[in-house]
Amino acid sequence: MSCIRSLAAVSFLASIGFSTTVIAQEMISDTTARKQPLTAWGVQFEEFEYRYSDDDEELGVWNADAFYGTDEFKVRLLTTGEYEIEEQAYETLENQLVGQIPISKFFDAKAGVRFDTPEGPDRTYAVLGVAGLAPQWFEVDANLYVSKDGDSSAEIDAEYELLFTNYWILSATLDATVAFSEDEEVGVGKGLVSTETGLRLRYDLIDRAFSPYVGVVHERKYGDTADLAKAEGGGTEDWFAVIGARIAF
Amino acid sequence: MQGLVKAFQPSSNEVQLGIKQMKIRLLTGLLTLLMPAMVMAGEYGLTVDRVKIDTGDFVKEGIGYNGASPGPVMRFKEGENVRINVTNNLDEMTSIHWHGLILPFDQDGVPGISFPGIKPGETFTYEFPIQQAGTYWFHSHSGFQEPDGAYGAIVIEPEGREPFRYDREYVVQLTDKHPHSGDRIMRNLKMMSDYYNREQQTVGEFFSDVSKNGLMNTVSDRMAWGSMRMMKADVEDIHGFTGLINGKGPSQNWTGIFEPGERIRLRFINSSAMTYFDIRIPGLDMTVVQADGNNVQPVSVDEFRIGVAETYDVIVRPKDEQAYTIFAESMGRSGYARATLAPEEGMEAAVPQLREAARLTMADMGGMPGMDHGSMAGMDHGNMDMGSSEGVSGMDHSNMGSMDHSNMKGMDHSNMKGMDHSDMSGMDHGSMAMGKGGPSDPFYAKGSGLVPTAANGGKFLSYSDLKAQDPLYEDREPTREIELRLTGNMERYTWSINGVKYEDADPIRLKYGERVRFKFVNETMMTHPMHLHGMWSILDVGAGQWNPIKHTVSVNPGTTVYMETEVDEPGQWAFHCHLSYHAAAGMFRKVIVEGGPESTQAKTGVVAEDGGEA
Repeated sequence: MSCIRSLAAVSFLASIGFSTTVIAQEMISDTTARKQPLTAWGVQFEEFEYRYSDDDEELGVWNADAFYGTDEFKVRLLTTGEYEIEEQAYETLENQLVGQIPISKFFDAKAGVRFDTPEGPDRTYAVLGVAGLAPQWFEVDANLYVSKDGDSSAEIDAEYELLFTNYWILSATLDATVAFSEDEEVGVGKGLVSTETGLRLRYDLIDRAFSPYVGVVHERKYGDTADLAKAEGGGTEDWFAVIGARIAF
Repeated sequence: MQGLVKAFQPSSNEVQLGIKQMKIRLLTGLLTLLMPAMVMAGEYGLTVDRVKIDTGDFVKEGIGYNGASPGPVMRFKEGENVRINVTNNLDEMTSIHWHGLILPFDQDGVPGISFPGIKPGETFTYEFPIQQAGTYWFHSHSGFQEPDGAYGAIVIEPEGREPFRYDREYVVQLTDKHPHSGDRIMRNLKMMSDYYNREQQTVGEFFSDVSKNGLMNTVSDRMAWGSMRMMKADVEDIHGFTGLINGKGPSQNWTGIFEPGERIRLRFINSSAMTYFDIRIPGLDMTVVQADGNNVQPVSVDEFRIGVAETYDVIVRPKDEQAYTIFAESMGRSGYARATLAPEEGMEAAVPQLREAARLTMADMGGMPGMDHGSMAGMDHGNMDMGSSEGVSGMDHSNMGSMDHSNMKGMDHSNMKGMDHSDMSGMDHGSMAMGKGGPSDPFYAKGSGLVPTAANGGKFLSYSDLKAQDPLYEDREPTREIELRLTGNMERYTWSINGVKYEDADPIRLKYGERVRFKFVNETMMTHPMHLHGMWSILDVGAGQWNPIKHTVSVNPGTTVYMETEVDEPGQWAFHCHLSYHAAAGMFRKVIVEGGPESTQAKTGVVAEDGGEA
């Protein structure tokens, strides 16, 4: 009985200071009085690998993203880089910070900025993109970039996974870049710029948190971009053997 | 241990008081001898603690009661007033919800709906009358404390005699203990919805399907699912758990002792976060006598499926001096729990192999709106033949005269031409389970890949077998119908009701005294155990006044299920899918009962308008 009485007392007090009680209780983080959207975060390295090319070039490469947010809005940091081990220089280094919202059942829209800070000239781009799951299980990520100087380009990434078993998984990736204008300083010609195709066979060793893999990667430059590379004395096509791990936490 | 024992005895004051009262009453007449039992007030104590949970496969930190997970079996007596002092020894808020108990809403234990929750270090006293009997359970309704181990069993002894006999009883409480914490599981699912699914279709399965069904059929089947971006293997969201029975993993083998010839009452409780179990005891018939705490007309079965949060009481009678395995396979066959009934400790019986993983079919997608029919060309329509009368059974059970086609959008209606609606009103649902052409059950979509079959080829319990022993309420016409579409997006791991998540939803408002007919339309490919707090869910199995009285109603993919509720408890209540991560993702509603006795109306103000979670 006393319990009910004290509840009634609490009820009375609560009704007086209704708006303030919520704040007063905030001393302890209350995980239970939630009617706010669930927030989640995650970090994933799709690629974290060592590459060895057919002309003895050695690279350390990563392709990762981290997100924080709700179903309705996420902030996503994407980072990718290729570090030339012998020359101790970043061949590429791209960081993007984007906001992401759902636009359809399976796709999100992204908008934000991209900073390229490799060895050589830096670039800043505005980013507009869509990412999601296309029919027949193709993971697709398509982006449009416009640099501060007005140079624009588009990039499309696609990935497909083939399950030999539920633990041995072959992932096929294709990454293609097209430039709508030339940016000679960073070695980009107009038209199809480059493609990177990869095949990686991974084994999910610890959940989906740590999955070592081996694979092959083929990189190719095309058209004007290839010509610019040749003029610099570089190659236009590389085959790599890769070893690394997919990491998620 | 001493403290634990003490906590469960009525305090000595109470006992003495009881004796005193008894003496006085002895003088007043013989009849009142029976009274002390009826006015008995029990005082109980529970502490909420961080505990270690050892499954035999792994050891993890978790949350438990009185120092252990699962917590103790709380034994109450019908008619008793209980006072339960719950002390929160965690460094976070907690709560206890008494699952299935009929009580004042402010004792129901849902933070943000019934009360503000129990702060760290605080003791909250629950106080309510026990107005029912049977098998129930309790669990935390805060965050993911329940999947982390905060659950226990409730056994309520009835005032009167039960319509069945037994010599011995055991609680058999199941759970799906996962090495990851609930928070981590939720986060991983949001990052990758198939994070835990390890039964996905492989290259090997493609070739075995090709040899079974031919190349073209297999390719077009894969294309059909691929175009929907749905997985046939999406039966269970969470794999990688160890099934526990009374806290013991398969290798630890919980054992219940019996003497041959005894009748044993097994009180099965599914306290899993996410997992349905198919339960059998090879060599023993099981007689189901109770479902969700309410007596049902006895049904003899070889196997039954227990949804998350449901309870079933069965009676078995082992006659031989041998061990029997209680085998509980998960519905998707990704894991199992195992225990033993034996004449003496240490005896074991063979443990069966897990059966082949279940696969969804297009029939399970039947509830999905806007499905692409074009891509279904290669489908096996034989599975979906709507021409035979039993094909209709997955739809509207109660009211066959006016069939509900709403959940059949995705199907090929051209096959249904031959259907005769008129003669279906008097259909015998029981016999339909024996229908020709594969297993069928009126509570599964026709051709569903989830229809269970008994391992020994015998009888598998269906909802349509459940008939109330004693109807709690007079049968009457519902005053109105409320449609609840169960919706979600597996890829994004969002779950909702009528397409709206809890945080964006208005409460469901009911009026005290009305009888509401809830229509669940499952538009997802997952099975959802829907749990309404505080008031009974009368599941429509087409048995009229004998419809079974439940607290949790499982709705299979591609089906429509009806339940009716007598709105007889004022206040505000939670109503949600009992899969922990579905509830937390938004398949949840607050129900407000307007009107009713005035005293309860005043109390509603205690709780903030928002809040509440699984």
